[in-house]
Order: sequence, then structure tokens, then C-alpha cells
Amino acid sequence: MVTELKVSAIENGTVIDHIPSKNVFQVIKILDLENFDNQILFGTNLESKKYGTKGIIKVRNKYFADDDINRISLVAPKATLIVIKDFQVVEKRRVEVPDTIDGIVRCFNPNCITNVENVATKFKVVSKDEVILQCHYCEKNTVKKNISFK
Amino acid sequence: MKGKSLISINDYSKEEQISILELAAHFEQNPIQKILDGYVVATLFFEPSTRTRLSFESAVNRLGGKVIGFSDSSSSSVKKGESLKDTILTVSNYSDLIVMRNPVEGSARYASEVSKVPVINAGDGSNQHPTQTLLDLYTIRQTQKTLDNLHVAFVGDLKYGRTVHSLVQALCNYNTTFYFISPNELKLPSYIKMNIKNSNLKYYQLTDMAEVMSNIDILYMTRVQRERFSDPLEYERVKDAYILKRDMLTDIKENMKILHPLPRVNEISEDVDDTPQAYYFQQALNGVFVRQALITSILGIK
Repeated sequence: MVTELKVSAIENGTVIDHIPSKNVFQVIKILDLENFDNQILFGTNLESKKYGTKGIIKVRNKYFADDDINRISLVAPKATLIVIKDFQVVEKRRVEVPDTIDGIVRCFNPNCITNVENVATKFKVVSKDEVILQCHYCEKNTVKKNISFK
Repeated sequence: MKGKSLISINDYSKEEQISILELAAHFEQNPIQKILDGYVVATLFFEPSTRTRLSFESAVNRLGGKVIGFSDSSSSSVKKGESLKDTILTVSNYSDLIVMRNPVEGSARYASEVSKVPVINAGDGSNQHPTQTLLDLYTIRQTQKTLDNLHVAFVGDLKYGRTVHSLVQALCNYNTTFYFISPNELKLPSYIKMNIKNSNLKYYQLTDMAEVMSNIDILYMTRVQRERFSDPLEYERVKDAYILKRDMLTDIKENMKILHPLPRVNEISEDVDDTPQAYYFQQALNGVFVRQALITSILGIK
């Protein structure tokens, strides 16, 4: 595939495909890739037959825990996770919206303790389809269009 | 319930709530018992309150315990910039139980996570006020002899009223039929309605309370505040529609009672006070018994 050639193949590691182009940097932030020593390749505004354009990230010699990788579903709900060993695809699946989200999302309520004092956020995902997050502290809902990241 | 904080009404199961109500009935019979001798309860009120703070303090004093605390954050180290975490950690060294009111939503949950002693939420901004909910449940049960299958109307500011939100959540356990009467700007939020839908209960949203008067067992009134309206003209247009007057109490059920979390401004005319339906001052008295029951349960004394 043309897109595969633009970002070279990896021997071992993880490929995250079908990221919306505008959210590639957000995914990098959520996965904290800035602080990794592994080799990381990424591309954005690549052609996609399914979605028009897409972004892709490849991380050499890194396999993510499900809870970590699923957090990107907030900004890349249709992302595909591909696990590569010896240049072979050993696992390929869609990311899933997790049951809880800890730490990365800001509570939409300005009067919530997490926005007033130095308290890490925690949310329960009350709807996975529409993505509605209920704050563990103030109990108010943050809906998809209001999600912003810390 | 020993050692178990109460932050949100759903922290306690239906059975735990009922056991508090039953114990409250015992304290209503015997409100003065010296069973808290040697115990210290801290009441931390970061914003003013009359009923809630005084009824907590009265509850502790009548049981022979001691109260420490403050009634206004300007007389505490918070004014010097101390964090909530530090305040709670310090006070939990000096007391067996912390009662806290704080205008920041979620502050009570956070306090319960850092505190070494249990925390009772006495109101966190527009979020929760679970002891008000317990005393409302107690009062409803006292007047109706049951909590099951009742028709309950809520009138006024249903958008911002935390007492309404918590009571609606609690009543979802009792096959309640709900009537919500408010101006369009102050309708019940959808996340509270979700509780009712998940419990498969019936609810009706209206703008005129006259339509439901003959159906209901409990009329729960709340204040409609001018500052909640984005358009002052809208407030002027609707304000009189949410005032309960004596002549509205003609075609009603015999057992119907009027409740109000208080303070009242003008939403219940004073001539309603001496009708057999008015029950809001007894409701405030019940706050002492319910808080006695809660404190002694959490401290593991009863």
C-alpha cells in the first residue's frame, strides 16, 4: 500500500493506524510518546481509502497495555491497533472505549475540585457510544464535544 | 456503616438508608442521650449555613459529644491559602468525624479520600447534600407511613437545586411517580432524568402546578432565584407561577403534605403555614434526629 511505503515498516512493535489526521499529536500526548526512548515514526494527512485522510504512528519495540492504548479512543475512536513481531502482524483490532478514564481529561465543570486544587481527574464512562464521562468528584458529565486534555 | 463516609446519597444502599431512618425514629423518641461522651466532631463550614450546621451541632451536643470547627472560611487557615488537603489532614488528627460544607463541587469526595476519619458531606456546591435527602426521606415516611408508590411533585428551580437532584435519585428506589414543575429555563438536568429512566419510572414535566395538585402525596417546593435567569424579563414573567398560595389547596388528597428544604423567601405564602398540609418546619426539626442517627452509625456506637 502507498501509505505503508511513506512510513517504513517495523520489525517489532506497535502500529496505530486510522487516526484522524488532526488528532495525531493528541494521541502522541495521551500515550506520552514524547518521553519514550524507542524509535517512533509517524505520518499525518496520509491518503486513506476509508476516511479520506488519516494519521499513523509506529513505535518500535513497544507493546502497549490494553488500558493505556484504549485511552486514545477518546480522540481516535476508529483507530486500529496492529501488533508486529518479525515483520508479521500477530494481532489487529479496533481500540475500545474503556470503563474509566484516569488523569488525562479535564473536567468540564469549572467549579470542580479537580479544576480548583491539584487533584488528578477520574471519570466513569457512562455512555460508550456517545462518549459521556461522569466525574468521580463533582459527578457532572463531560460530553464528547467538551472533552479537553490536561 | 461504621467508618463509612457519606458523600453522595447513592453511597448508601437502600437498606442502609432505611436503617438510618429507623434509628432516627429512635432518637425522635429519646433525643437526649449521653452516648458521645469523649467524641469530637469537626464541623468545617467553608460557606455560611444556618440549619445544616446548627442541626449537626445540636445533634452532637444532645448526645454529649464536643464540636470543633469554623462557620466561615475567613476565620480559618484557608484564608492564608492552605489547601483543602492540608486542612483535612490536620483536622482529622483532632477529631473522630468531619462534617464539611464547601462551595467547590467534588470537594467532599476528595476530602473523604485524604481524611483519616470518616467525612459527611453537608453540601458541596450544586452537587450533593445527602443528609438533607435522608431527612426528606424521613419526613416523607413520617407523613405517609411509607416511601413506596408515592406521587411526588417538585416545584421551582429544578436545574440548580441539589436537594432536588439527590432526593429524586433516592426516590428512584421506591417506585415513585414524579411531577417536575418549573420554568423552561430551570428544568431538571438530563443526567438526573437518566436515573428515572434507568429505573423505568414515570415522570411528567409541566410548567403549571395547578394541573397536578389533586394527584400528589408530596409537594416539594424550592426557591426560584432571580440570578438564575439569563433574561430578567423572563424572571418577572414566570416568578408568580411558582408561588404556592392558600387558595390553591382546595382540591387535594387528604394525606398531602408540603415540604421545603428552607430557607423560604416568598415561594410559599405565609398564610399556608397554618394549614394542615404545611410540614416544612417539622421537616427541619427531623434534621436533628436523622443526623444523630447518621453520626452514631458512622462512629459505630449504634
